Amino acid sequence: MEDRLALGDRYFSSRLLTGTGKFASNSLIGPMLAASGSQIITVALRRVDPKAPPQDNILSHIPDTVTLLPNTSGARTAKEAVRIAHIAREAGCGDFIKIEVITDMQYLLPDNHETLKATEILAKEGFIVLPYVMPDITISRRLYDAGAAAVMPLGSPIGSNLGLEMKPMIQRIIETSKLPVIVDAGIGRPSQAAEAMEMGADAVLVNTAIATARDTAIAGRAFAMAVTAGRMAYHAGMAGHSNRARASSPLTGFLRE
Amino acid sequence: MSFLTLANQYQSFDFKTYFNSIRPEDVQKTLDRGAGGLKRLETRDLLTLLSPAAEDFLEPMAQTARELTCRHFGQIISLYAPLYISDYCSNHCTYCGFNALTAFPRTRLTMEEINREARAIADTGIRHILVLTGEAPAKTPLSYLEAACRVMARYFSSIALEIFPMTQSDYQVLHRAGADSLTVYQEVYDQAVYKEVHPKGPKADYAFRLLTPERGAAAGFRAVNIGTLFGLGNPKAEAFMAGIHARYLEQAFPHVEISLSLPRMTRAGGAIAPKHLLPDKGFVQTMLAWRLFMPRLGITVSTRESAAFRDRIIHLGATRYSAGSRTDVGGYAVHTTDTTAQFEVTDTRTVAEVADMIRNNGYQPVFKDWEIF
Amino acid sequence: MKIRLNGETVETSIPDILSLVKVRDLDLPSLVVEHNHTIIQQTAWADTLLQEGDTIELLSFVGGG
Repeated sequence: MEDRLALGDRYFSSRLLTGTGKFASNSLIGPMLAASGSQIITVALRRVDPKAPPQDNILSHIPDTVTLLPNTSGARTAKEAVRIAHIAREAGCGDFIKIEVITDMQYLLPDNHETLKATEILAKEGFIVLPYVMPDITISRRLYDAGAAAVMPLGSPIGSNLGLEMKPMIQRIIETSKLPVIVDAGIGRPSQAAEAMEMGADAVLVNTAIATARDTAIAGRAFAMAVTAGRMAYHAGMAGHSNRARASSPLTGFLRE
Repeated sequence: MSFLTLANQYQSFDFKTYFNSIRPEDVQKTLDRGAGGLKRLETRDLLTLLSPAAEDFLEPMAQTARELTCRHFGQIISLYAPLYISDYCSNHCTYCGFNALTAFPRTRLTMEEINREARAIADTGIRHILVLTGEAPAKTPLSYLEAACRVMARYFSSIALEIFPMTQSDYQVLHRAGADSLTVYQEVYDQAVYKEVHPKGPKADYAFRLLTPERGAAAGFRAVNIGTLFGLGNPKAEAFMAGIHARYLEQAFPHVEISLSLPRMTRAGGAIAPKHLLPDKGFVQTMLAWRLFMPRLGITVSTRESAAFRDRIIHLGATRYSAGSRTDVGGYAVHTTDTTAQFEVTDTRTVAEVADMIRNNGYQPVFKDWEIF
Repeated sequence: MKIRLNGETVETSIPDILSLVKVRDLDLPSLVVEHNHTIIQQTAWADTLLQEGDTIELLSFVGGG
């Protein structure tokens, strides 16, 4: 059986989601997608500066075969996130939406409460909702109830490249979630992506680490390979640390008395 | 999906062949992964830990079990006492002293008698009560049980019910009357054996009994205790089924504390002899396997077990002991002469003696850890 | 007349959305226009007339994680 990632009613063979932020030039995005095989990529929606020179259209760099995942970055409330989702859908970006609501401007950590509210609304409207959250078992259960298509806990703060700082909590979400778990944010190296996949994550989303690499296409390829390796290791059922038996039997010796 | 779907999937599973296929290396791998307690063990790991091959790993399993238990519960043993309020029963369980076919004078306590029993138990310091009846809704209807709960609520901070399976709405009534926990044993998960030992009476309905913990959890009980009666079915298969039942409940009802018990059959009056004996070693292996599989699981050990055995297994993952138990109706204060007991108490020490033993083992006896507001 | 354009009040005599966009030399294919909180399809830009107090948002997709 093919090992595919299911999101809503769609299936993907690649478990690496990528983002379009922070690239030195939009022209790097196409080659990165080709090299990584990523089938889902995030885009953001912003006000145009009417006084600035015309901007290059980022969508023209993304092949039709790749699914657009508009995010709601910039939203500070559920209401704003819902509005951005509506605009994205009406602008022809499809039904996928990454909910990102940030009210904490100091650490840029997501607001789980507003995110849940937006998820409830948008899932009812038929969106395939991928909410970006602080790793929290309870929120992951509630997102399932709200109709989310996946839960996207952060590995560490956005753009930090710190890797899986939230590992124990993500582990618990993976063990309990009925939804696919996509580790989003903070993954700075392919080894960290592999680690997330070995743990049993269903996918990872990597943006900054690829976009700011010296060679973005090779970085994309490296992450794709790491994701595949981590997934294979997960399926292979790797052994853990050694905890060899001790010689004496202080706790169970009585059974032989 | 209810647990029935999962239970049905295992009815045709060849436990014997699977258990015998497990090698020592498999056990070592499972132990290596489970040791840290961060990575959750999977269903197949539980099979591995219950296998004959794992019998040679009891000491490392015990070390890990003690560490996990200590990490999640601290060095404590909660104490409770059972209170049998009625032994009327319309079931035909071939293994039980309360069997409808067994002729003995039946008793049902009045509210005044329940009050005396409750006071006698509370005088020993116990604040967690387990209320038991047979299955005879005509003799112990909802209104009777509700009134009994209200009486007991005067003395106890936690009231657990071990009565006949009820509907969710009936459980809600008892929950409002002060009951906060539910104990219900499937007795035997193997459906063929279940049918054989429950030939008649309301208990013959396997599925209704199997889904009782789910109805209780949905009704709002904060704790649910399940188990299998060792002696009826293949002990390793039964231990596995009880384990995955507990895991299912933990997943489906994250707000509920799940516990498992390991009642072993003793030969109560008029009952059949156990088909499969669970020796001490098998008891310990089961307990350790469950602990490694579910680090947060409550594990209850009753006074069916001997004093000497209970003193030892404190260190192996147990979290709750009964103490000073009487398993006959009115045994604490109402009747002074012996009446028919559901099972024989083996550890006959007083509550104070059990508490001392727990302290001497370096653990703290907990009489009260919960209070409903 | 005065309209709100991307959050700022501007004085303009431009009659419709298409003209508003063209005069600013914006990249048309990627542009999303919201007129009083309603998305206006490109084909309807010419027919959407501006009135005193209208709110216009000119949006486009950009890079983002």
